[in-house]
Amino acid sequence: MRGTRSLLALVGMFVTLVLWSWLGAGTSDDGVRPRPGTSADSETASGSAPDDPAGPVTVLAAASLTESFEELATELTQKYPDLEIAFSFGPSSGLVEQALSGARADILATANRPTMDVAVRGGVVDGQAAVVARNTLVIVVPPGNPGDVTGLTDLGREDLRIALCEPQVPCGSASEALFAHHDVQPAADTLATDVKEALAFVTLGEADAALVYRSDAWAAGDAAHMIQVDGAREVTNEYLAALLADAPNRRAATAVMEEITGELGRTVLEDAGFLEP
Amino acid sequence: MTHRRPHDWRVPPVILVPALVGLGLLLLPMAGLLWRAPWARFPDLLISESVVTALRLSVMTATAATALSLLGGVPLAWILARSRLPGLTVVRGLVTVPLVLPPVIGGVALLMAFGRRGVVGSWLDQLFGVSIPFTTVAVVLAQTFVAMPFLVVAVEGALRTADHRYDDIAATLGASPWLIFRRVTLPAVAPGILAGAVLCWARALGEFGATITFAGSFPGTTRTLPLEAYVAIGAGDIDTAVVLSVLMIGISVTILIALRGRWMRAT
Repeated sequence: MRGTRSLLALVGMFVTLVLWSWLGAGTSDDGVRPRPGTSADSETASGSAPDDPAGPVTVLAAASLTESFEELATELTQKYPDLEIAFSFGPSSGLVEQALSGARADILATANRPTMDVAVRGGVVDGQAAVVARNTLVIVVPPGNPGDVTGLTDLGREDLRIALCEPQVPCGSASEALFAHHDVQPAADTLATDVKEALAFVTLGEADAALVYRSDAWAAGDAAHMIQVDGAREVTNEYLAALLADAPNRRAATAVMEEITGELGRTVLEDAGFLEP
Repeated sequence: MTHRRPHDWRVPPVILVPALVGLGLLLLPMAGLLWRAPWARFPDLLISESVVTALRLSVMTATAATALSLLGGVPLAWILARSRLPGLTVVRGLVTVPLVLPPVIGGVALLMAFGRRGVVGSWLDQLFGVSIPFTTVAVVLAQTFVAMPFLVVAVEGALRTADHRYDDIAATLGASPWLIFRRVTLPAVAPGILAGAVLCWARALGEFGATITFAGSFPGTTRTLPLEAYVAIGAGDIDTAVVLSVLMIGISVTILIALRGRWMRAT
């Protein structure tokens, strides 16, 4: 008797989860792109021409491009209702490794040139990689600035909890260059593999300061306070995007690449706190 | 593939085919690692600074986490197996939650409790100026949170199957509860405790999600073997990541073989 009841409870929960995930999709919509073909906007819906880019396009993109590329995808799927853009966000070098291992993807976007060069040398990139944006580093502190951080020299203070990027990943090598430029010896308490990881410790209030990309600080909104670093623009890193040689949906991917490198891409990226290429 | 008895061959295809698919799913990734491993550079990478530092930290923290788990987990298992306190079913359920909880969520939960703004953490910070995240203590706490349930479950099982009449007899002979626990109960379930402790240690050694979320990742302080592997992947240093993976697989396999041969059968 009791066993039957537990089993019923489990089945009930499972069915609830399935229904929820099924029916819930498309109704909770804060910035999530509309499902193809369900656009309420009659103008865009009727604007679907036969030679418009269509079908799935998979983009491997650096983690720091998350917000801007999702915004870009929303714009593009409104423009081309038959286009479906899927992302895999992660550390650039991890994405390059995925591309080299034959991941089925159409576009690769990395957060610096050396990682893209690895992909180019590996022969998985089609043609030239294009610079789509540049980024620079800023200090972020939790609201209220509990550590009284005013500049880069404070990131050398042992009494503060500091989150930095791992020197082996793009944001970390940029940080190292910036510290060297200012002759500061950083006192890191954690070295994040991913810039979002460093930022999260600040928004959670666990770290007093972190050095992150300007675009990530921008995306954090009120959760973190941004402090500009003098001379930070001396140390910028380039974001590059390229079509992959084995792109399953080459036609649509080419169109998406044009949009990323074109006017729309530039506007969206600049609105997200990136610097122009 | 050796088959000693002829009837070993008579596995129906409906069972054999899916079984081979399942086996392949489990073994192919590990075979892939071994195939991809940079064997020529293997010894050099094994004694490289970052690997050795991570290994030392991992062994130290996993051992500390196991000690902490033994200290709290064995008495907890005793209460779950032997006492008749009310609400034990609920407690047993809660103790096993970390077994199914994604470790990253465990890490967030630990931050909410012991972080600088956490329920206990904010109090520690204000009164003693102590902050746990980003310290080796945080690694041990994260590992204990994730691994202790393995020990509790193993020891509770051993206590349930052990004959508790010896305990009763010792009690009628006038032994104190502490003496009975120490001299009668513990020796009887020692193999179970050992097996539980080894499983707990292995789980602690492999802990990743809760650690990176709660303790961060800094060489020598919080960057354990799995975190080092993750950093290596992020940095595009696949060779180091593969070497670390092979090392951890080696440790796991050794532990499982040892457990199977010596204690699993005994209990």
